[in-house]
Amino acid sequence: MAVPQQYEFFIDPNRCIGCQSCVQACGECDTHKGHPMIHLEYVDRPFSVQTAPVVCMHCESPTCAEVCPADAIKKTEDGVVQTARKPRCIGCSNCVLSCPFGVPKMKTELELMMKCDMCYDRTSVGKKPMCATVCPSQALFFGTREEIERLRPRSVPTNRFQFGRQTITTKVNMMVPSFSENMVVDVTAAMNEPPVDQSFDMEALAVSDFEF
Amino acid sequence: MATLPVSLENITEHFGPHLARSLGNRLATGVEPDKTVATHCCFCGMQCGIHLKVKDNQVIGFEPREDFPFNRGMLCPKGVKRYLQGAHPDRLVTALERDPNSPGGFRPMEYEKALDRVAAEIKRIQEKYGRDAFAVLSGASLTSEKTYLMGKFARLALKTANIDYNGRLCMVSAGAGNKKAFGVDRAANPWSDIPKAEVIWISGSNVAECFPITTDYVWQARENGAKIIVVDPRITPIARTCNLFLPVKPGRDIALFNGILHLMIENDWLDHRFIEQHTVGFEALAEHVSQWNPKRTSDVTGIAEKSIRQAAEWWGTAKSSFLMHARGIEHHSHGVQNVLGAINIVLASGRIGREGCGYATITGQGNGQGGREHGQKCDQLPGGRDISNPDHRAYVAKVWGVEADEIPKAGVDAYEIFREIDRGNIHGLLSICFNPKVSLPDSDFITRALEKLDFYVAIDFFLNETAHHADVVLPGSLHEEDEGVVAQVEGRVIRINKVVEPPGDARADWTIIQDIAHRLDCRKGFSFANPGEIFEELRVASKGGTCDYSGITYEKIEKQNGVFWPCPSEDHPGTLRMFEPGSWNPIAKGAGPFYFPDGKARFNVAPYTPPTEDVDADYPVILTTGRVVSHFLSGSQTRRIGPLVDQYSEPRLELHPKLAEKYGISDGDQVTVESRRSSIQLPAHVVTTIRPDTVFVPYHWAGRQSINRLTISAQDPISKIPEYKVCAVRIKKGLRTED
Repeated sequence: MAVPQQYEFFIDPNRCIGCQSCVQACGECDTHKGHPMIHLEYVDRPFSVQTAPVVCMHCESPTCAEVCPADAIKKTEDGVVQTARKPRCIGCSNCVLSCPFGVPKMKTELELMMKCDMCYDRTSVGKKPMCATVCPSQALFFGTREEIERLRPRSVPTNRFQFGRQTITTKVNMMVPSFSENMVVDVTAAMNEPPVDQSFDMEALAVSDFEF
Repeated sequence: MATLPVSLENITEHFGPHLARSLGNRLATGVEPDKTVATHCCFCGMQCGIHLKVKDNQVIGFEPREDFPFNRGMLCPKGVKRYLQGAHPDRLVTALERDPNSPGGFRPMEYEKALDRVAAEIKRIQEKYGRDAFAVLSGASLTSEKTYLMGKFARLALKTANIDYNGRLCMVSAGAGNKKAFGVDRAANPWSDIPKAEVIWISGSNVAECFPITTDYVWQARENGAKIIVVDPRITPIARTCNLFLPVKPGRDIALFNGILHLMIENDWLDHRFIEQHTVGFEALAEHVSQWNPKRTSDVTGIAEKSIRQAAEWWGTAKSSFLMHARGIEHHSHGVQNVLGAINIVLASGRIGREGCGYATITGQGNGQGGREHGQKCDQLPGGRDISNPDHRAYVAKVWGVEADEIPKAGVDAYEIFREIDRGNIHGLLSICFNPKVSLPDSDFITRALEKLDFYVAIDFFLNETAHHADVVLPGSLHEEDEGVVAQVEGRVIRINKVVEPPGDARADWTIIQDIAHRLDCRKGFSFANPGEIFEELRVASKGGTCDYSGITYEKIEKQNGVFWPCPSEDHPGTLRMFEPGSWNPIAKGAGPFYFPDGKARFNVAPYTPPTEDVDADYPVILTTGRVVSHFLSGSQTRRIGPLVDQYSEPRLELHPKLAEKYGISDGDQVTVESRRSSIQLPAHVVTTIRPDTVFVPYHWAGRQSINRLTISAQDPISKIPEYKVCAVRIKKGLRTED
């Protein structure tokens, strides 16, 4: 049974509170117990508590699969890019190095690349992925387009990402401000951009008579 | 009693904390559970619904519980990993007796013999020093049935005045403030009102880390166009993207609320009709806040004047709103005044008792609400009744089948119990669900007091740090090993279902309490066969009180996914929202929606006073404390769960680069932090997200990592809550050298 096409995955990093519920819950999934496949990292902790949850974006043309010399990474008909097939994976890490989103992780102890497969065991039987079910801020959301439009009027989903000259289209959507003119997220350009309207300047806001 | 039986290292080696990880059936894939039980998380006041999977009487995992309307499947990391607390290597499965010659300092003993010894010691101490010389410390993570039983046990079986509970560290400032202003102590609104509000004001609550699933409610309000105002000394994850951040200097919240009210009055952002019809005391308050102009408010609070004006305008002109606060404004020697200040700006706006117009304290513990309702507080009887009120005493005495005179008078609060031990007035102690050696302030004093006890019996499922001092330990029950009800943050009474049987000699806490009562020759009133029977008596005992459960049944809770109290009759659906126009309550009897004879809410003048221990030349830095997302309270449970410890393994001292630079401290350096009471060493975490004059340390750790050794035991004169959120310290790079 396939993942119902009307259900989609939406990520809204603006909502993320860094609690790691997704990571902790991912490791409870029956197909890969003990191995969470979500990365959650501080963007720049000394200056902000902002965190970014990274799940597999499930690319239309998955770079990881394209560079795999063993043809171990398969994409299902409904667009889910699966974790490496154990009999085929040679542990070369090509996928790890090539994925523009930095998703696959090499489990050296298992000599196997493991990555998020959108909880195929759950989504294929009508459940939501574990991470999106538990996420307390709903930064990770699994539902229909109608639901996301109704619930999130301040932002719109996009699934196109620019990495230099490579444009990647993904199954997973990223929520971006609804005033965004360009619906392609230019990831490499954004890496050098200072945060806009993102962080409060504590020194400017807090008045103190402490003698520094 | 006395000092630890053996070295701390020796105790720790045998009793932990050791780290539980997923192994065996918990790690294997494709294991078919014997059953899956719908229940709730054991940790905070959210009480998220969760399914626990059971195999061979062991909880092996969880499934999200999407049908429970409050959290709809959402869980924080503590909820996700809570199942690892069961079948734990540190689990106490027999009674224990202090024995310095045994490994870990305790030897197993037969349960019956342990009870005999406990009863004999209680009798000995009470005969020698009087009834009140034996005290009880209870907790708000227990079910309401247990908290009810604890109150009854102390008053009728021990006949002691001295019972108090760990809500003294948690909910009492909010409770006292709510009673002064509204006449009743419950979140005024269900959480479903949050997304309907156009301004959300959050004061002193690290929502995203302490009540993670509330975040979605707040973000949903923002999606609907709400402005979010956060008041906190730190840019917490909920503050990061809020619309207005007010970095209040710890201990100055009341000045901010007074300053906001000043601007509301100056700009006539008031609901005159509501103030006139539904409140008393506004004139005196208006007179008082006239001194709190924006300049003075800014000077005292350390918040830029412009931000204060903006907050007042948004709050003042909103058509709907929800104000919530938590321990950040409550853990102060003027915690009740802070709460009253918050309520004052709610009442002046008239935005309460309606859909999308709300106010709530965010209760901390699992049964933080229910645990403060039915008589385990030193001054309280069931149903939110007052132990000093003759009518209330008479009613409860009748339910209990005793004379009113037989119910002891009010006892002293939890911290004062330790002072009484120190003074030699209290000699014996029974504790359950409380780890004061880690959770009370100035905890070196708590250790010294524990060492003076003549006899101490602890009931627990793990040997927590306080129980290290026990003479006898009785093996109690985990959350999933018993059943009952709790009232979660909204005042929604929900069912905790039994998932597994207690292991070995461990047993349900209520049976242990009854067993002790029987050995004290007190059988009458302590022969409940199950929690359901206790609940039936609780219903009767609460009838007619402010916290009226008389119309709540286990069946109704199941059917409705919880029942909001008050629920005065079986055909009553419960009270989703408090203070609605035209609502009835047993105090006002129809005169108005608030719980006073005239039905009107009270404005209270809330004068500003600085913290008890302000900074000075010797101790120039403000210390504030709080929580991290992967740990809960004294860490007795979460410090035993491997994945939660991996997430945050040790306390760090959070400080601003400007302060770090002054002391030559870099990120990761070992730092000594010292107050007038004690000092500890811990690594520095240098971040711009905290006020430069303030340092923050989370309080979940014990021993050399325990920040509560430094905090001050100053208490609010009304609520008796300790001042965890502000004291004075000095810091220096490196380890302390003895002077």
